[in-house]
Amino acid sequence: MAELLRIADLNAWYGESHILHGVNLSVNEGEVVTLLGRNGAGRTTTLKSILGLVDKRSGSITVSGTEVIKQPTHKIARLGLLGYCPEERGIFARLNVDENLALPPKLGDDGMSVEEIYDMFPNLAERRRSMGTQLSGGEQQMLAMARVLRTGARLLLLDEITEGLAPVIVEALGKTIRQMKERGLTIVLVEQNFHFAAPLADRHYIIEHGHVAEVVEGHEADAKRERINEFLSV
Amino acid sequence: MNIDAILAQTMLGLSQGVFYAMLSLGLAIIFGLLNVINFAHGALYMLGAFVALIGYSYIGPWLGYPDFQMGFWWALIVAPLVVACFGMLMERFMLRRLYQFDHIYGLLLTFGVALVLQGVLSNYFNISGTAYPATPESLRGIVNLGFMYFPKYRLFAIVLSVIVCFATWYMIERTSLGAVLRAGQENPKLVEAFGINVPRMITLTFGFGVALAALAGVLAAPIYSVSPLMGADLIITVFAVVVIGGMGSILGAIVTGLTLGLVQGLTQALYPPAANTVIFFIMVVVLLIRPAGLFGKAEG
Repeated sequence: MAELLRIADLNAWYGESHILHGVNLSVNEGEVVTLLGRNGAGRTTTLKSILGLVDKRSGSITVSGTEVIKQPTHKIARLGLLGYCPEERGIFARLNVDENLALPPKLGDDGMSVEEIYDMFPNLAERRRSMGTQLSGGEQQMLAMARVLRTGARLLLLDEITEGLAPVIVEALGKTIRQMKERGLTIVLVEQNFHFAAPLADRHYIIEHGHVAEVVEGHEADAKRERINEFLSV
Repeated sequence: MNIDAILAQTMLGLSQGVFYAMLSLGLAIIFGLLNVINFAHGALYMLGAFVALIGYSYIGPWLGYPDFQMGFWWALIVAPLVVACFGMLMERFMLRRLYQFDHIYGLLLTFGVALVLQGVLSNYFNISGTAYPATPESLRGIVNLGFMYFPKYRLFAIVLSVIVCFATWYMIERTSLGAVLRAGQENPKLVEAFGINVPRMITLTFGFGVALAALAGVLAAPIYSVSPLMGADLIITVFAVVVIGGMGSILGAIVTGLTLGLVQGLTQALYPPAANTVIFFIMVVVLLIRPAGLFGKAEG
Protein backbone atom coordinates (compact mmCIF):
# COMPACT_ATOMS: atom_id res chain seq x y z
CA MET A 1 0.00 0.00 0.00
CA ALA A 2 1.32 3.41 -0.92
CA GLU A 3 1.99 5.92 1.80
CA LEU A 4 -0.49 8.78 1.49
CA LEU A 5 0.39 10.98 4.44
CA ARG A 6 3.67 11.23 6.28
CA ILE A 7 4.31 13.60 9.17
CA ALA A 8 7.85 13.92 10.48
CA ASP A 9 9.06 15.95 13.45
CA LEU A 10 6.04 18.26 13.31
CA ASN A 11 6.09 21.21 15.68
CA ALA A 12 3.22 23.68 15.86
CA TRP A 13 2.45 26.91 17.67
CA TYR A 14 -0.57 29.08 18.46
CA GLY A 15 0.90 32.49 19.13
CA GLU A 16 3.58 31.86 21.73
CA SER A 17 2.19 28.49 22.85
CA HIS A 18 4.21 25.58 21.55
CA ILE A 19 1.58 22.81 21.16
CA LEU A 20 3.17 20.03 19.10
CA HIS A 21 6.66 18.78 19.93
CA GLY A 22 7.79 16.52 17.12
CA VAL A 23 4.83 14.44 15.97
CA ASN A 24 5.68 11.50 13.67
CA LEU A 25 3.06 9.41 11.94
CA SER A 26 2.29 7.83 8.65
CA VAL A 27 -0.93 6.75 6.94
CA ASN A 28 -1.16 4.40 3.98
CA GLU A 29 -3.73 4.62 1.26
CA GLY A 30 -7.05 3.05 2.26
CA GLU A 31 -6.26 2.95 5.97
CA VAL A 32 -8.31 4.26 8.85
CA VAL A 33 -6.05 5.69 11.53
CA THR A 34 -7.10 7.27 14.79
CA LEU A 35 -5.45 9.89 16.94
CA LEU A 36 -6.41 9.13 20.52
CA GLY A 37 -5.66 11.14 23.60
CA ARG A 38 -6.97 13.46 26.25
CA ASN A 39 -8.32 16.93 25.60
CA GLY A 40 -5.46 19.32 24.96
CA ALA A 41 -3.01 16.55 24.05
CA GLY A 42 -2.57 17.95 20.55
CA ARG A 43 -4.78 15.74 18.39
CA THR A 44 -6.86 18.54 16.89
CA THR A 45 -3.75 20.66 16.45
CA THR A 46 -2.15 17.81 14.50
CA LEU A 47 -5.07 17.79 12.06
CA LYS A 48 -5.08 21.56 11.80
CA SER A 49 -1.34 21.61 11.20
CA ILE A 50 -1.74 19.35 8.19
CA LEU A 51 -3.97 22.04 6.67
CA GLY A 52 -1.85 24.95 7.82
CA LEU A 53 -4.53 26.22 10.21
CA VAL A 54 -2.06 26.96 13.02
CA ASP A 55 -0.05 30.14 13.48
CA LYS A 56 3.33 28.51 12.87
CA ARG A 57 4.60 25.01 12.10
CA SER A 58 7.88 23.31 11.33
CA GLY A 59 8.99 19.83 10.33
CA SER A 60 7.73 17.92 7.35
CA ILE A 61 4.27 17.00 6.04
CA THR A 62 4.12 15.08 2.79
CA VAL A 63 0.87 14.17 1.08
CA SER A 64 1.18 11.65 -1.78
CA GLY A 65 4.89 12.37 -1.78
CA THR A 66 4.55 16.17 -2.07
CA GLU A 67 5.98 18.34 0.71
CA VAL A 68 3.24 20.79 1.77
CA ILE A 69 4.53 22.42 4.94
CA LYS A 70 5.35 25.67 3.13
CA GLN A 71 2.15 25.77 1.05
CA PRO A 72 -0.85 28.01 1.78
CA THR A 73 -3.94 26.26 3.15
CA HIS A 74 -6.01 26.34 -0.04
CA LYS A 75 -3.21 24.70 -2.04
CA ILE A 76 -2.69 21.95 0.54
CA ALA A 77 -6.36 20.99 0.28
CA ARG A 78 -6.10 20.69 -3.49
CA LEU A 79 -2.68 19.02 -3.63
CA GLY A 80 -3.63 16.44 -1.03
CA LEU A 81 -7.27 15.98 -2.05
CA LEU A 82 -8.08 16.60 1.60
CA GLY A 83 -11.53 16.64 3.14
CA TYR A 84 -11.77 18.27 6.55
CA CYS A 85 -14.52 17.97 9.18
CA PRO A 86 -13.64 20.38 11.97
CA GLU A 87 -14.46 19.66 15.60
CA GLU A 88 -17.07 22.41 15.71
CA ARG A 89 -18.52 20.94 12.47
CA GLY A 90 -18.26 24.24 10.62
CA ILE A 91 -21.75 24.32 9.20
CA PHE A 92 -22.35 27.80 7.84
CA ALA A 93 -25.32 29.50 9.47
CA ARG A 94 -26.11 31.80 6.54
CA LEU A 95 -26.11 28.92 4.03
CA ASN A 96 -28.88 26.35 3.63
CA VAL A 97 -28.19 22.61 3.48
CA ASP A 98 -27.86 22.54 -0.31
CA GLU A 99 -25.50 25.52 -0.26
CA ASN A 100 -23.41 24.05 2.55
CA LEU A 101 -23.14 20.83 0.60
CA ALA A 102 -22.17 22.57 -2.64
CA LEU A 103 -19.68 24.95 -1.03
CA PRO A 104 -16.39 23.01 -1.14
CA PRO A 105 -15.03 22.88 -4.69
CA LYS A 106 -14.54 19.52 -6.39
CA LEU A 107 -11.02 18.27 -5.76
CA GLY A 108 -11.08 14.87 -7.46
CA ASP A 109 -13.23 13.16 -10.06
CA ASP A 110 -14.75 10.35 -8.03
CA GLY A 111 -16.75 12.28 -5.46
CA MET A 112 -20.31 11.25 -4.67
CA SER A 113 -23.14 12.97 -6.50
CA VAL A 114 -25.64 15.04 -4.54
CA GLU A 115 -28.27 12.32 -5.18
CA GLU A 116 -26.00 9.58 -3.77
CA ILE A 117 -25.33 11.73 -0.73
CA TYR A 118 -29.00 12.35 -0.05
CA ASP A 119 -29.58 8.59 -0.45
CA MET A 120 -26.90 7.99 2.15
CA PHE A 121 -28.25 10.70 4.50
CA PRO A 122 -32.04 10.72 3.99
CA ASN A 123 -32.52 13.08 6.97
CA LEU A 124 -30.62 15.79 5.14
CA ALA A 125 -32.65 15.32 1.98
CA GLU A 126 -35.76 16.38 3.88
CA ARG A 127 -34.07 19.55 5.08
CA ARG A 128 -32.39 20.79 1.92
CA ARG A 129 -33.79 24.33 2.27
CA SER A 130 -33.15 24.66 6.02
CA MET A 131 -30.46 27.06 7.13
CA GLY A 132 -27.37 25.56 8.74
CA THR A 133 -28.23 26.60 12.27
CA GLN A 134 -31.71 25.06 12.18
CA LEU A 135 -30.22 21.56 12.03
CA SER A 136 -29.77 19.33 15.07
CA GLY A 137 -26.26 18.43 16.18
CA GLY A 138 -26.51 15.03 14.51
CA GLU A 139 -27.77 16.52 11.25
CA GLN A 140 -24.97 19.07 11.28
CA GLN A 141 -22.44 16.29 11.71
CA MET A 142 -23.97 14.29 8.85
CA LEU A 143 -23.83 17.40 6.69
CA ALA A 144 -20.20 18.06 7.60
CA MET A 145 -19.33 14.51 6.51
CA ALA A 146 -21.51 14.63 3.40
CA ARG A 147 -19.86 17.88 2.39
CA VAL A 148 -16.41 16.34 2.08
CA LEU A 149 -17.70 13.21 0.34
CA ARG A 150 -19.04 15.25 -2.56
CA THR A 151 -15.65 16.83 -3.30
CA GLY A 152 -13.89 13.63 -4.27
CA ALA A 153 -11.39 14.02 -1.43
CA ARG A 154 -9.14 10.96 -0.98
CA LEU A 155 -7.90 11.70 2.52
CA LEU A 156 -10.47 12.63 5.16
CA LEU A 157 -9.49 14.42 8.34
CA LEU A 158 -12.36 13.94 10.81
CA ASP A 159 -12.21 15.69 14.16
CA GLU A 160 -14.33 14.31 17.05
CA ILE A 161 -17.28 13.47 14.85
CA THR A 162 -19.08 11.54 17.61
CA GLU A 163 -18.81 14.21 20.27
CA GLY A 164 -22.08 15.01 22.00
CA LEU A 165 -24.20 12.82 19.72
CA ALA A 166 -26.81 10.21 20.65
CA PRO A 167 -25.71 6.54 20.47
CA VAL A 168 -27.96 5.80 17.52
CA ILE A 169 -26.31 8.58 15.52
CA VAL A 170 -22.84 7.47 16.56
CA GLU A 171 -23.75 4.04 15.24
CA ALA A 172 -24.86 5.56 11.93
CA LEU A 173 -21.58 7.47 11.70
CA GLY A 174 -19.64 4.23 12.25
CA LYS A 175 -21.53 2.70 9.37
CA THR A 176 -20.74 5.71 7.19
CA ILE A 177 -17.05 5.39 7.93
CA ARG A 178 -17.08 1.72 6.96
CA GLN A 179 -18.79 2.66 3.69
CA MET A 180 -16.11 5.27 3.02
CA LYS A 181 -13.40 2.76 3.72
CA GLU A 182 -14.99 0.36 1.27
CA ARG A 183 -14.85 3.12 -1.32
CA GLY A 184 -11.10 3.19 -0.80
CA LEU A 185 -10.89 6.47 1.12
CA THR A 186 -8.16 7.08 3.66
CA ILE A 187 -9.29 8.44 6.99
CA VAL A 188 -7.57 10.10 9.93
CA LEU A 189 -9.96 10.15 12.86
CA VAL A 190 -9.47 12.21 15.98
CA GLU A 191 -11.45 10.45 18.71
CA GLN A 192 -11.98 10.27 22.40
CA ASN A 193 -14.50 7.50 22.12
CA PHE A 194 -12.20 4.45 21.89
CA HIS A 195 -15.21 2.16 21.90
CA PHE A 196 -16.29 3.81 18.65
CA ALA A 197 -12.82 3.95 17.10
CA ALA A 198 -11.48 0.50 18.00
CA PRO A 199 -13.43 -1.63 15.52
CA LEU A 200 -12.88 0.84 12.68
CA ALA A 201 -9.18 1.56 12.79
CA ASP A 202 -6.14 -0.11 11.28
CA ARG A 203 -3.89 1.72 13.70
CA HIS A 204 -4.09 4.03 16.70
CA TYR A 205 -1.69 6.82 17.53
CA ILE A 206 -1.89 7.88 21.14
CA ILE A 207 -0.97 11.53 21.45
CA GLU A 208 0.19 13.01 24.73
CA HIS A 209 1.89 16.33 25.49
CA GLY A 210 2.20 17.16 21.81
CA HIS A 211 3.88 14.00 20.56
CA VAL A 212 3.06 10.39 19.75
CA ALA A 213 3.32 8.45 23.00
CA GLU A 214 2.39 5.04 21.65
CA VAL A 215 1.41 3.34 18.41
CA VAL A 216 -1.09 0.49 18.67
CA GLU A 217 -1.91 -1.66 15.65
CA GLY A 218 -5.60 -2.42 15.20
CA HIS A 219 -5.21 -6.13 15.96
CA GLU A 220 -3.36 -5.37 19.20
CA ALA A 221 -6.05 -3.02 20.44
CA ASP A 222 -7.82 -5.58 22.61
CA ALA A 223 -4.60 -6.88 24.13
CA LYS A 224 -3.38 -3.38 24.93
CA ARG A 225 -6.70 -2.12 26.19
CA GLU A 226 -5.46 -1.46 29.73
CA ARG A 227 -2.50 0.49 28.49
CA ILE A 228 -4.69 2.60 26.19
CA ASN A 229 -7.15 3.29 28.99
CA GLU A 230 -4.28 4.52 31.14
CA PHE A 231 -3.50 7.12 28.48
CA LEU A 232 -7.09 8.14 28.00
CA SER A 233 -8.25 8.27 31.62
CA VAL A 234 -8.38 11.68 33.15
CA MET B 1 -48.75 70.93 2.12
CA ASN B 2 -50.24 69.00 -0.78
CA ILE B 3 -49.53 65.46 -1.83
CA ASP B 4 -47.68 66.51 -4.98
CA ALA B 5 -45.12 68.44 -2.99
CA ILE B 6 -44.54 65.45 -0.72
CA LEU B 7 -44.14 63.15 -3.72
CA ALA B 8 -41.71 65.63 -5.23
CA GLN B 9 -39.60 65.66 -2.07
CA THR B 10 -39.81 61.87 -2.01
CA MET B 11 -38.24 61.71 -5.45
CA LEU B 12 -35.50 64.15 -4.46
CA GLY B 13 -34.88 62.18 -1.28
CA LEU B 14 -34.69 58.98 -3.27
CA SER B 15 -32.16 60.47 -5.65
CA GLN B 16 -29.99 61.21 -2.61
CA GLY B 17 -30.81 57.88 -0.98
CA VAL B 18 -29.46 55.81 -3.85
CA PHE B 19 -26.00 57.28 -3.26
CA TYR B 20 -26.23 56.41 0.43
CA ALA B 21 -27.37 52.93 -0.54
CA MET B 22 -24.57 52.26 -3.04
CA LEU B 23 -21.86 53.56 -0.73
CA SER B 24 -23.10 51.82 2.41
CA LEU B 25 -23.56 48.61 0.40
CA GLY B 26 -19.90 48.68 -0.62
CA LEU B 27 -18.87 49.38 2.96
CA ALA B 28 -21.02 46.51 4.22
CA ILE B 29 -19.56 44.04 1.73
CA ILE B 30 -16.00 45.05 2.60
CA PHE B 31 -16.64 45.00 6.33
CA GLY B 32 -18.35 41.63 6.14
CA LEU B 33 -15.35 39.84 4.67
CA LEU B 34 -12.35 41.96 5.67
CA ASN B 35 -13.55 43.33 9.00
CA VAL B 36 -12.12 46.62 7.84
CA ILE B 37 -14.06 49.86 8.12
CA ASN B 38 -12.99 51.42 4.86
CA PHE B 39 -12.50 55.10 5.61
CA ALA B 40 -11.16 55.57 2.08
CA HIS B 41 -14.60 54.78 0.68
CA GLY B 42 -15.57 58.42 0.21
CA ALA B 43 -12.23 59.22 -1.41
CA LEU B 44 -12.66 56.28 -3.81
CA TYR B 45 -16.16 57.56 -4.69
CA MET B 46 -14.50 60.90 -5.43
CA LEU B 47 -11.80 59.11 -7.45
CA GLY B 48 -14.52 57.48 -9.57
CA ALA B 49 -15.93 60.91 -10.40
CA PHE B 50 -12.44 62.19 -11.23
CA VAL B 51 -11.70 59.28 -13.55
CA ALA B 52 -14.86 60.24 -15.45
CA LEU B 53 -13.90 63.92 -15.50
CA ILE B 54 -10.26 63.34 -16.42
CA GLY B 55 -11.26 60.80 -19.05
CA TYR B 56 -13.50 63.36 -20.71
CA SER B 57 -11.73 66.70 -20.31
CA TYR B 58 -8.05 66.07 -19.64
CA ILE B 59 -6.64 62.76 -20.75
CA GLY B 60 -6.77 63.49 -24.48
CA PRO B 61 -4.62 66.65 -24.30
CA TRP B 62 -2.28 65.00 -21.75
CA LEU B 63 -1.62 62.12 -24.12
CA GLY B 64 -1.33 64.36 -27.16
CA TYR B 65 -4.69 63.39 -28.69
CA PRO B 66 -6.74 66.53 -28.03
CA ASP B 67 -9.77 65.02 -29.76
CA PHE B 68 -9.97 61.97 -27.50
CA GLN B 69 -12.81 62.10 -24.98
CA MET B 70 -14.12 59.25 -22.87
CA GLY B 71 -17.89 59.72 -22.83
CA PHE B 72 -20.28 59.17 -19.93
CA TRP B 73 -21.33 55.64 -20.93
CA TRP B 74 -17.73 54.50 -21.14
CA ALA B 75 -17.00 56.21 -17.83
CA LEU B 76 -19.72 54.12 -16.17
CA ILE B 77 -17.65 51.03 -17.03
CA VAL B 78 -14.07 52.31 -17.05
CA ALA B 79 -14.08 54.34 -13.81
CA PRO B 80 -15.24 51.46 -11.57
CA LEU B 81 -12.65 49.20 -13.18
CA VAL B 82 -9.81 51.68 -12.74
CA VAL B 83 -10.74 52.42 -9.14
CA ALA B 84 -11.26 48.72 -8.40
CA CYS B 85 -7.70 48.04 -9.64
CA PHE B 86 -6.42 50.80 -7.38
CA GLY B 87 -8.40 49.33 -4.48
CA MET B 88 -7.11 45.81 -5.12
CA LEU B 89 -3.50 47.03 -5.13
CA MET B 90 -4.24 48.85 -1.88
CA GLU B 91 -5.66 45.65 -0.33
CA ARG B 92 -2.91 43.40 -1.65
CA PHE B 93 0.06 45.52 -0.65
CA MET B 94 -1.16 47.52 2.34
CA LEU B 95 -4.31 46.26 4.10
CA ARG B 96 -3.28 42.61 3.93
CA ARG B 97 -0.32 43.29 6.18
CA LEU B 98 -2.64 44.56 8.92
CA TYR B 99 -5.24 41.77 9.21
CA GLN B 100 -3.29 40.11 12.00
CA PHE B 101 -3.55 43.26 14.13
CA ASP B 102 -6.48 45.08 15.71
CA HIS B 103 -9.13 46.41 13.29
CA ILE B 104 -8.25 49.94 14.25
CA TYR B 105 -5.04 49.69 12.17
CA GLY B 106 -6.97 48.97 8.98
CA LEU B 107 -9.25 51.88 9.74
CA LEU B 108 -6.30 54.23 10.28
CA LEU B 109 -4.61 53.06 7.09
CA THR B 110 -7.70 53.67 4.96
CA PHE B 111 -8.19 57.03 6.63
CA GLY B 112 -4.62 57.92 5.68
CA VAL B 113 -5.18 56.78 2.09
CA ALA B 114 -8.29 58.98 1.94
CA LEU B 115 -6.32 62.03 3.08
CA VAL B 116 -3.53 61.32 0.57
CA LEU B 117 -5.99 61.00 -2.33
CA GLN B 118 -7.79 64.20 -1.33
CA GLY B 119 -4.49 66.02 -0.89
CA VAL B 120 -3.04 64.96 -4.22
CA LEU B 121 -6.18 65.85 -6.18
CA SER B 122 -6.60 69.15 -4.30
CA ASN B 123 -3.15 70.05 -5.57
CA TYR B 124 -4.23 69.79 -9.20
CA PHE B 125 -7.95 70.51 -9.19
CA ASN B 126 -10.25 73.20 -7.93
CA ILE B 127 -11.47 72.40 -4.42
CA SER B 128 -14.76 74.15 -5.03
CA GLY B 129 -15.48 71.80 -7.89
CA THR B 130 -15.28 71.39 -11.65
CA ALA B 131 -18.38 70.83 -13.75
CA TYR B 132 -18.66 67.49 -15.51
CA PRO B 133 -19.73 68.47 -19.01
CA ALA B 134 -20.33 65.04 -20.55
CA THR B 135 -23.93 64.24 -19.57
CA PRO B 136 -25.31 62.51 -22.66
CA GLU B 137 -27.89 64.37 -24.71
CA SER B 138 -30.44 61.61 -24.15
CA LEU B 139 -30.33 62.15 -20.37
CA ARG B 140 -30.64 65.93 -20.41
CA GLY B 141 -33.89 67.78 -19.82
CA ILE B 142 -36.85 66.88 -17.70
CA VAL B 143 -39.54 64.25 -17.69
CA ASN B 144 -43.14 64.62 -16.54
CA LEU B 145 -43.90 62.13 -13.75
CA GLY B 146 -47.49 63.29 -13.41
CA PHE B 147 -47.02 64.88 -10.00
CA MET B 148 -43.85 66.78 -10.93
CA TYR B 149 -41.31 67.52 -13.60
CA PHE B 150 -38.19 65.62 -12.72
CA PRO B 151 -34.68 65.81 -14.24
CA LYS B 152 -34.23 62.89 -16.62
CA TYR B 153 -30.70 62.33 -15.46
CA ARG B 154 -31.69 61.98 -11.81
CA LEU B 155 -34.37 59.48 -12.73
CA PHE B 156 -31.75 57.52 -14.66
CA ALA B 157 -29.37 57.61 -11.66
CA ILE B 158 -32.11 56.33 -9.35
CA VAL B 159 -33.11 53.48 -11.66
CA LEU B 160 -29.55 52.37 -12.41
CA SER B 161 -28.49 52.51 -8.74
CA VAL B 162 -31.49 50.55 -7.55
CA ILE B 163 -30.84 47.90 -10.22
CA VAL B 164 -27.16 47.67 -9.27
CA CYS B 165 -27.97 47.45 -5.55
CA PHE B 166 -30.51 44.68 -5.90
CA ALA B 167 -28.43 42.79 -8.46
CA THR B 168 -25.60 42.86 -5.91
CA TRP B 169 -27.95 41.66 -3.19
CA TYR B 170 -29.16 38.82 -5.43
CA MET B 171 -25.62 37.80 -6.32
CA ILE B 172 -24.56 37.63 -2.67
CA GLU B 173 -27.66 36.08 -1.12
CA ARG B 174 -28.95 33.82 -3.89
CA THR B 175 -26.08 32.49 -6.02
CA SER B 176 -23.36 29.92 -5.41
CA LEU B 177 -20.70 32.60 -5.85
CA GLY B 178 -22.41 34.56 -3.09
CA ALA B 179 -22.55 31.42 -0.94
CA VAL B 180 -18.76 31.27 -0.97
CA LEU B 181 -18.67 34.91 0.06
CA ARG B 182 -21.17 34.40 2.89
CA ALA B 183 -19.26 31.36 4.09
CA GLY B 184 -16.04 33.36 3.94
CA GLN B 185 -17.59 36.00 6.17
CA GLU B 186 -18.45 33.37 8.77
CA ASN B 187 -15.34 31.21 8.77
CA PRO B 188 -12.62 32.14 6.28
CA LYS B 189 -10.17 29.57 7.63
CA LEU B 190 -12.52 26.68 6.98
CA VAL B 191 -13.41 27.95 3.52
CA GLU B 192 -9.73 28.04 2.71
CA ALA B 193 -9.31 24.52 4.12
CA PHE B 194 -11.80 23.38 1.46
CA GLY B 195 -9.36 24.53 -1.22
CA ILE B 196 -10.75 27.99 -2.00
CA ASN B 197 -8.20 30.76 -2.46
CA VAL B 198 -9.55 33.05 0.26
CA PRO B 199 -6.81 35.72 0.03
CA ARG B 200 -7.66 36.22 -3.64
CA MET B 201 -11.37 36.28 -2.82
CA ILE B 202 -10.71 39.02 -0.26
CA THR B 203 -8.84 41.10 -2.83
CA LEU B 204 -11.62 40.73 -5.41
CA THR B 205 -14.29 41.52 -2.84
CA PHE B 206 -12.52 44.69 -1.82
CA GLY B 207 -12.23 45.58 -5.50
CA PHE B 208 -15.95 45.01 -5.97
CA GLY B 209 -16.97 47.11 -2.97
CA VAL B 210 -14.71 49.90 -4.14
CA ALA B 211 -16.08 49.65 -7.69
CA LEU B 212 -19.56 50.34 -6.30
CA ALA B 213 -18.22 53.52 -4.71
CA ALA B 214 -16.59 54.55 -7.99
CA LEU B 215 -19.80 53.87 -9.92
CA ALA B 216 -21.67 56.09 -7.46
CA GLY B 217 -18.97 58.71 -8.06
CA VAL B 218 -19.50 58.63 -11.83
CA LEU B 219 -23.27 58.88 -11.35
CA ALA B 220 -22.78 61.84 -9.00
CA ALA B 221 -20.49 63.73 -11.39
CA PRO B 222 -23.22 65.26 -13.60
CA ILE B 223 -25.36 66.20 -10.55
CA TYR B 224 -22.79 67.63 -8.18
CA SER B 225 -19.61 69.22 -9.44
CA VAL B 226 -16.49 67.08 -9.25
CA SER B 227 -14.38 68.13 -6.29
CA PRO B 228 -11.56 66.53 -4.26
CA LEU B 229 -13.68 66.91 -1.13
CA MET B 230 -16.99 65.59 -2.50
CA GLY B 231 -16.39 62.20 -0.86
CA ALA B 232 -15.37 63.61 2.50
CA ASP B 233 -18.65 65.51 2.76
CA LEU B 234 -20.79 62.55 1.79
CA ILE B 235 -19.01 59.79 3.69
CA ILE B 236 -19.85 61.24 7.10
CA THR B 237 -23.55 60.86 6.35
CA VAL B 238 -22.93 57.42 4.86
CA PHE B 239 -21.23 56.26 8.05
CA ALA B 240 -24.27 57.42 9.98
CA VAL B 241 -26.39 55.36 7.56
CA VAL B 242 -24.16 52.34 8.19
CA VAL B 243 -24.42 52.77 11.96
CA ILE B 244 -28.21 52.96 11.71
CA GLY B 245 -28.51 49.95 9.39
CA GLY B 246 -25.98 47.79 11.22
CA MET B 247 -22.55 46.86 9.94
CA GLY B 248 -22.26 44.02 7.48
CA SER B 249 -25.92 43.45 6.51
CA ILE B 250 -26.32 43.61 2.72
CA LEU B 251 -30.05 44.16 2.54
CA GLY B 252 -29.86 46.39 5.61
CA ALA B 253 -27.39 48.69 3.87
CA ILE B 254 -29.58 49.08 0.79
CA VAL B 255 -32.88 49.54 2.62
CA THR B 256 -31.43 51.91 5.21
CA GLY B 257 -29.69 54.00 2.54
CA LEU B 258 -32.85 54.44 0.49
CA THR B 259 -35.05 55.03 3.53
CA LEU B 260 -32.80 57.66 5.07
CA GLY B 261 -32.61 59.46 1.72
CA LEU B 262 -36.41 59.58 1.79
CA VAL B 263 -36.48 60.72 5.40
CA GLN B 264 -34.04 63.48 4.57
CA GLY B 265 -36.10 64.52 1.53
CA LEU B 266 -39.33 64.63 3.53
CA THR B 267 -37.68 66.57 6.35
CA GLN B 268 -36.56 69.05 3.73
CA ALA B 269 -40.22 69.52 2.83
CA LEU B 270 -41.67 69.55 6.34
CA TYR B 271 -39.03 71.34 8.36
CA PRO B 272 -36.06 72.42 6.20
CA PRO B 273 -33.69 73.48 9.00
CA ALA B 274 -33.53 69.87 10.27
CA ALA B 275 -32.81 68.30 6.87
CA ASN B 276 -29.06 68.08 7.37
CA THR B 277 -29.22 66.78 10.92
CA VAL B 278 -32.16 64.38 10.87
CA ILE B 279 -29.99 61.39 9.93
CA PHE B 280 -27.62 62.04 12.81
CA PHE B 281 -30.53 62.44 15.17
CA ILE B 282 -31.84 59.04 14.07
CA MET B 283 -28.34 57.63 14.51
CA VAL B 284 -28.24 58.77 18.12
CA VAL B 285 -31.66 57.27 18.85
CA VAL B 286 -30.75 53.96 17.19
CA LEU B 287 -27.46 53.78 19.05
CA LEU B 288 -29.23 54.24 22.35
CA ILE B 289 -32.03 51.75 21.68
CA ARG B 290 -30.40 49.18 19.39
CA PRO B 291 -26.61 49.63 19.38
CA ALA B 292 -26.03 46.89 16.79
CA GLY B 293 -28.13 48.79 14.25
CA LEU B 294 -31.56 48.06 12.84
CA PHE B 295 -30.42 45.09 10.73
CA GLY B 296 -27.30 44.15 12.68
CA LYS B 297 -26.82 41.31 15.10
CA ALA B 298 -25.27 42.03 18.47
CA GLU B 299 -21.92 40.29 18.81
CA GLY B 300 -22.21 37.24 20.97
